[in-house]
Amino acid sequence: MRLAWWKILCIVQLLIISVAGLLGDVPAKPILNETIRNYYFHVPMWFGMMIFFIVSVVFSVKYLRSGNLEHDIKAVEFANVGLLFCVLGLSTGMIWANYTWGKPWSNDPKQIGAAIAFLIYFAYLVLRNSMLDPDKRAKIGAVYNIFAFAMLFPTIWIIPRLLESLHPGGMGNPALNPGDVDSRMRYLFYFIAFPGWTLAGVWIASLHIRLKKLEEKKLQHA
Amino acid sequence: MKSVIALFKKDLLLEFRQQYTLYGIILYVASTIFVLFLAMGQPEDHVWNGLFWMIQLFVCVNAVAKSFLQESRGRLLYFYSIAGARDFILSKLIFNMLLMAVLSLISWVLFGLLLGNPVQNGARFMGVAVLGGLGLSLVFTFLSAIAARAQQNAALMAILGFPLIIPQILLMMKLANTAFSQVIQDSLGMIVLLLAGLDLLVVALAIILFPFLWKD
Repeated sequence: MRLAWWKILCIVQLLIISVAGLLGDVPAKPILNETIRNYYFHVPMWFGMMIFFIVSVVFSVKYLRSGNLEHDIKAVEFANVGLLFCVLGLSTGMIWANYTWGKPWSNDPKQIGAAIAFLIYFAYLVLRNSMLDPDKRAKIGAVYNIFAFAMLFPTIWIIPRLLESLHPGGMGNPALNPGDVDSRMRYLFYFIAFPGWTLAGVWIASLHIRLKKLEEKKLQHA
Repeated sequence: MKSVIALFKKDLLLEFRQQYTLYGIILYVASTIFVLFLAMGQPEDHVWNGLFWMIQLFVCVNAVAKSFLQESRGRLLYFYSIAGARDFILSKLIFNMLLMAVLSLISWVLFGLLLGNPVQNGARFMGVAVLGGLGLSLVFTFLSAIAARAQQNAALMAILGFPLIIPQILLMMKLANTAFSQVIQDSLGMIVLLLAGLDLLVVALAIILFPFLWKD
């Protein structure tokens, strides 16, 4: 079995983060305690989700400019992986919140933002499934994808900064509080956890894209 | 620009002649509020506020849905050939903005009649209601164009639109809440700016993206 270098890198990174993330030293913080390890698993989901949704919208723009159906396949598959990461991020966050905030859901602005993102991209998939003609589906899907992206991202980047929240980072940076983690954790996050999980998402998307292309080829030759 | 005004006039004239939307929506709002009144009497401030924006949302879906779904395929083709896609969407946006601004005020009056009027700062609430109505109408006009192209009914519009509109609705409720007492909030201007910015963004996106929707 031969793998591209980035797939090997992805496997190594995820192995390292599974071991170092669960066994390595972490700073002892009040309330957070050992749950701070979620930093390696929960936070990369949101970074990954944003990257995949941005990639998806870029492919939608490319599709509208060129009319090449391959771009449309990429747009929808990256949106799918983004949605998967969104679900994983929400569930890891809710498990974490159950131990630190006392209950899984407390209507925090960041939780609401994540739920809205989930609903919007789910609506994108519903919209696509409501049409049969592939060209029309691709075109209208792309238009909605761009519109939804432009409506969603300014709000989830701005609104959490305006409202108070229980989430680490409180006011200001919505994702994390730079004071909570030490330099070792930061290193593990930016060089191992974040690229590792993102590469895993790219891998999943690339497999789906290949599958879709094969299906299309089969349809054409049928 | 001339064709935008002509198309806008045509929508306005149709509305004046048929008077279907206006009376239909007034009846819709009145009966919904009446049912609410029977069910719960006069609610507290924050319940009033929540109900007001929820009903605004449904009013908007019903009022705006017909802007694209009412036009037959042949008629749309005719409009595109004489005016171009950008003029067409602009005229629809302007018309629906006007319609929603009027409907927002009407539903406020009806709310006040049946459910009581807890608003203390009337001018501010009116501003928020109109601003909110404009934001809702812009988003749903564009979505009704998408839904019409997908040959679906208003249900699809609701599915597509509700998640998109949640952030705006939340902000509007926050703004409207400040009109229930005389307190002054400092983040008020910021939220108004954010909402206005979002409205501009929607108009820009509609102008850029709509030509892709109607081309076959």
